[in-house]
Amino acid sequence: MKTIQSALLSLLAVIGFANTAYAQEAMTLDQKVNEIFANVTGPFVGLIFAPFPGTDFPWIVLWLVTAATVFTLYFAFVQVRFFGHAIALVKGDYSDPQDAGEVSHFQALATALSGTVGLGNIAGVAVAVGIGGPGATFWMIVAGLMGMASKFTECTLGVKYRNEYEDGTVSGGPMYYLSKGFKELGLPGGKILAVVFSVFCILGALGGGNMFQANQAHAQIAGIVGDYPGWITGVIFAAVVFAVIVGGIKSIARVTEKVVPFMGILYVGAAIIILIVNYDKIGWAFGQVIEGAFTGLGVAGGFVGALIQGFKRAAFSNEAGVGSAAIAHSAVRTKEPITEGCVSLLEPFIDTVVVCTMTALVITISGQLITDPDTGQFILNEAGTAVKTIGDTSGVELTSAAFGSSISWFPYVLAVAVVLFAFSTMISWSYYGLKSWTYMFGEGKKKELVFKIIFCIFVIIGAAANLGPVIDFSDAAIFSMAVVNVFGLYFLMKLVKKELHSYSSRLSTGEIQKFKD
Amino acid sequence: MTAKLLVGLDGHASGDRALAHAQKLAQLIGDCELVVAYIVEWSPFSFHTQEENAERHKRREEEISTAMTRVVDPAVKKLNDAGLKAIGGVRHGDVAEALIAIGKKHNIDQIIVGRSSEGGFSRRIFGSAVSNLVMSASVPVTVVN
Repeated sequence: MKTIQSALLSLLAVIGFANTAYAQEAMTLDQKVNEIFANVTGPFVGLIFAPFPGTDFPWIVLWLVTAATVFTLYFAFVQVRFFGHAIALVKGDYSDPQDAGEVSHFQALATALSGTVGLGNIAGVAVAVGIGGPGATFWMIVAGLMGMASKFTECTLGVKYRNEYEDGTVSGGPMYYLSKGFKELGLPGGKILAVVFSVFCILGALGGGNMFQANQAHAQIAGIVGDYPGWITGVIFAAVVFAVIVGGIKSIARVTEKVVPFMGILYVGAAIIILIVNYDKIGWAFGQVIEGAFTGLGVAGGFVGALIQGFKRAAFSNEAGVGSAAIAHSAVRTKEPITEGCVSLLEPFIDTVVVCTMTALVITISGQLITDPDTGQFILNEAGTAVKTIGDTSGVELTSAAFGSSISWFPYVLAVAVVLFAFSTMISWSYYGLKSWTYMFGEGKKKELVFKIIFCIFVIIGAAANLGPVIDFSDAAIFSMAVVNVFGLYFLMKLVKKELHSYSSRLSTGEIQKFKD
Repeated sequence: MTAKLLVGLDGHASGDRALAHAQKLAQLIGDCELVVAYIVEWSPFSFHTQEENAERHKRREEEISTAMTRVVDPAVKKLNDAGLKAIGGVRHGDVAEALIAIGKKHNIDQIIVGRSSEGGFSRRIFGSAVSNLVMSASVPVTVVN
């Protein structure tokens, strides 16, 4: 109790500091936060997104594309072969009724999805389409389909090498499979990789899992109620997050967990309605997507620009290869780790191939991206960095405007959805970050509290800073996780192959049977 | 031939009345075995947070042991003390489905439950656990008021 009190005091002190600072320099607090933040994170961002010498192509994008391709080929298109089986697993066809009451495959998938489906699908896609044009969608879908194999690999390992404690709780994720898996193979350096991953995971939790969410939630609220300082949204969000993760007020988290899936369905439903109403433009939109994918249709960076944006935003949205999903999926109770790998491959499909594509099509059809009527090519903004849009919107505001052009009241629903998605993603990532933190520093209430307070402070910084530096840092932090995770997966994938071989042969001989027809 | 009765308990007074009725029936039948079951209402399609998932196994064990010590064990003891053969268990799942599954597993002749106390909105939409049981069970069901 005392610890909670002192934590509350620390948070109030931060809020108080922000208040005083605001009173003194009312106009510049957000700008100052932004400037300091951009300067501090600049070198890290520069390193992660460094282009190949003599090109504009960031090495990290090729790293992710290569990984997804390698896993797809190594597991002989597991995402196609086991797609139907994955659905049967989620339906519970293979669940032993004796195990009722344990975490089901559906629950593990739903929880992992609530961490991934969110702003990446709404704001991230708008960024991709805004910069890379509709062609970015094509590459996003390709990345989503290939990423299913990466997700399969990491989630199988997540369950196989998780820690089960005496009290019955579980902890899993890349830090556990990197250290245990490397040891099993007699390879050195597993522990080091695990620690490096943990450091990056904490940065990812603070960046993409926190600041980006707070930032876009603020943009969305400000877009409706009028502009006001970002730190105010930050403080309110931080207080609610604090109440959940430190105060243990589970009811808030529980309500969110129930409302978020509903919001997801509502979002996809609205997108489908818009597409149905504009059915005559769907063919044209797909044409734009395909044509833009290979020509760029005049966007900045041409087709390479579309490809980079597509892959970047897909990875940011579905987190395949990043390693976060392995933490989420490891809680499931199963004797067969492969089953959870199969279930997890549905995640990039739902997240990227379905939801992201919906957003991209709605934006394309809405006509928010301005084209030259004579040439059909996109007109770039003054800086030449992105496609010119009606009202110069970008990110979540672009998606909002696109939906609003067909359903006038939808931006209000979207605002609520964005806030809830942002919140649920934050709660999920606070857990991923916390697991990495406790991996490095050990379990313990005080140690956990330190991380949780840092997490809340970053909510405020995220809401106050500009989108540019926040999105750069968020991307860099999340992709840096993928650097370590994918590197480890190359060594560990043979363990997954052994599991997969054993499982599929038992499945074909009928040793593994359905409990339900 | 031994008759087999299944008693569904809910930890409330209605369950106690069902148990008393089952005991009376078993004594009248004579050659009779009883199975006492407590079902923890649970769906594999509900939504949980990360933390709830990580702790789920532990919670499940706790739920089972609490239900065993508070509800099932005392009921079995009561029946045994009355000179009847009885076993007990706790399962998670949909109440009606789980009771039917237990019934099939033990070749039960009759299921005895108390009238459920649940009401309001969910009952109007989905029907109560007892009415679902009555509608889908393949053996006679006695509902004790």
